[in-house]
Amino acid sequence: MIELRGVSKRYDARTVVDDVSLVIEPRTVAGIVGTSGSGKTTVLRMINRLAEPSAGTILIDGVDTRTLPGFELRRRIGYVIQNDGLFPHRTVRENIATVPRLLGWSRGEIARRADELLELFQLDPAVFAARFPHELSGGQRQRVGVARALAARPNILLMDEPFGALDPVIRAKAQDDLLHIQRATQTTIVLVTHDMDEAIRLADRIAVMADGRVVQFGTPEDLLARPATPFVERMVGVSDRSFRLLSLMPLERFVEFGTDAASDVEPLELDAALDAREALSRLLWVGAREGRVRVGAGGTHGRIRTSRLLDAARGASTP
Amino acid sequence: MKRGVPIVIGAGATVLFAFRPDLFVPLLRPFAPIGGAVIYPQASLWSLALSHVGFVLASLAASFALGFALAVAVTRGGGRVYLPMARALVSGAQCFPPVAVLALLVPVLGFGGAPLVWALFLYGLLPIFENALRGLDGIAPEVREAGRGMGLTPWRRFREIDLPLSLPFVLLGLRLSLVVSVSTAALGSTVGARTLGEVVIAGLSAGNVAFVLQGTVLVTALSVLGYAGLGLLAGGMKR
Repeated sequence: MIELRGVSKRYDARTVVDDVSLVIEPRTVAGIVGTSGSGKTTVLRMINRLAEPSAGTILIDGVDTRTLPGFELRRRIGYVIQNDGLFPHRTVRENIATVPRLLGWSRGEIARRADELLELFQLDPAVFAARFPHELSGGQRQRVGVARALAARPNILLMDEPFGALDPVIRAKAQDDLLHIQRATQTTIVLVTHDMDEAIRLADRIAVMADGRVVQFGTPEDLLARPATPFVERMVGVSDRSFRLLSLMPLERFVEFGTDAASDVEPLELDAALDAREALSRLLWVGAREGRVRVGAGGTHGRIRTSRLLDAARGASTP
Repeated sequence: MKRGVPIVIGAGATVLFAFRPDLFVPLLRPFAPIGGAVIYPQASLWSLALSHVGFVLASLAASFALGFALAVAVTRGGGRVYLPMARALVSGAQCFPPVAVLALLVPVLGFGGAPLVWALFLYGLLPIFENALRGLDGIAPEVREAGRGMGLTPWRRFREIDLPLSLPFVLLGLRLSLVVSVSTAALGSTVGARTLGEVVIAGLSAGNVAFVLQGTVLVTALSVLGYAGLGLLAGGMKR
């Protein structure tokens, strides 16, 4: 668990982070979203003490982070930055080995761990381990950057715009991979981004920052349904929040069984892996009043009614 | 390794020339006055060459120690504010022509090697400092940030990130200073330092072109060999 208690950061007269308190539960993904200059990166850098708070306390699992020397604290916390920051003079394997080497792991252990991580990130060790960063694509470099941060199995992973340099297609894939890996490793992730869609997609809870303060800290559903300030409203994009809300709902939630195929139109075949937003979009596209999904291996058909999706898109308060 | 072959051949020829100049008498005789000496007789060429190289290495080591240390200092945490000061210092040193430094220092330090080493030391600072600075400043900020973020101590960051990544530039600075020093050191003979300049000066004053040639050829060979040798070293370190 990461606890920030009344944390502030001032540079001379300028207050960059102003009295921020947050509790980030273990094994969850916390997003910190804000415009540039909102202090979000500084909050992240204070967690591993790349920046020292001017006031307040930060506790990790109940222990004040100031009780450790900064470099020792940082060896226990994974850190991923935009543009990966890979060491250009070191191979992929040497890059991944950085923290385990600092911690004094044996050579065999380090090599095994590097191979294991490369496989986890779908990079064949035989092909990639001996390559240098400049011989990799942007997406591959990004994956190596995350693998390097996870090398010593930290409980906490701090990520600063980790997908900022990727094109949209690769970014979506990288985000999916990160969610899978987070579930597999149970790592607590703090993710700084300016992209609200990314935060909604990845985070269990999102802190929205403006002018050094956290203006709202809540689940993505909270933010969409009950934005605390006009600024949060703008950040979540009021005009399409219906769709963002739907994108948080798995399609399974809308499956109905039974007869009553009242439809005059042939129902549209839908993939059960879609989220409600994608399903609604497809239904609207062909003008169908309902869709059909195959549930389970048995191939039982369930119905998805367009009207129920529309109801769900209405948000928390009915007009 | 193939790139080293011409350097080895050149070095062999230079050493042979310095130790056994008598073998080259037929080549040089046409340039000597009739009946005059062909090879400089006052001192052996090899001892002058060694002394010449000694002055160069001593001053280069001092230039490197100060120039590199200054470049490292102004690229650490709060050292940046001292950059204008460091720059003024090394540029100021460069402003004095070595001949002027020699002339000014002789009354203070007397004749001999000391004024020469000082002059070369001051003249060699700028290329070393500026290139080391360029190398250290050229390291991508996110690479340094990642180094800190992963818990490398300041010393380890210097040794494992700054040093290897700036090395090509550091070596380039050394090469430039080396070339300038080798040729400038010949001036030392005007203040009594034993260098190959002695042979050239003797040749000029006696009207013996053969002396001038053997001095010049050796100075040039040392300069080219030093430059190429360090270049080979720099190339070998790049992966």
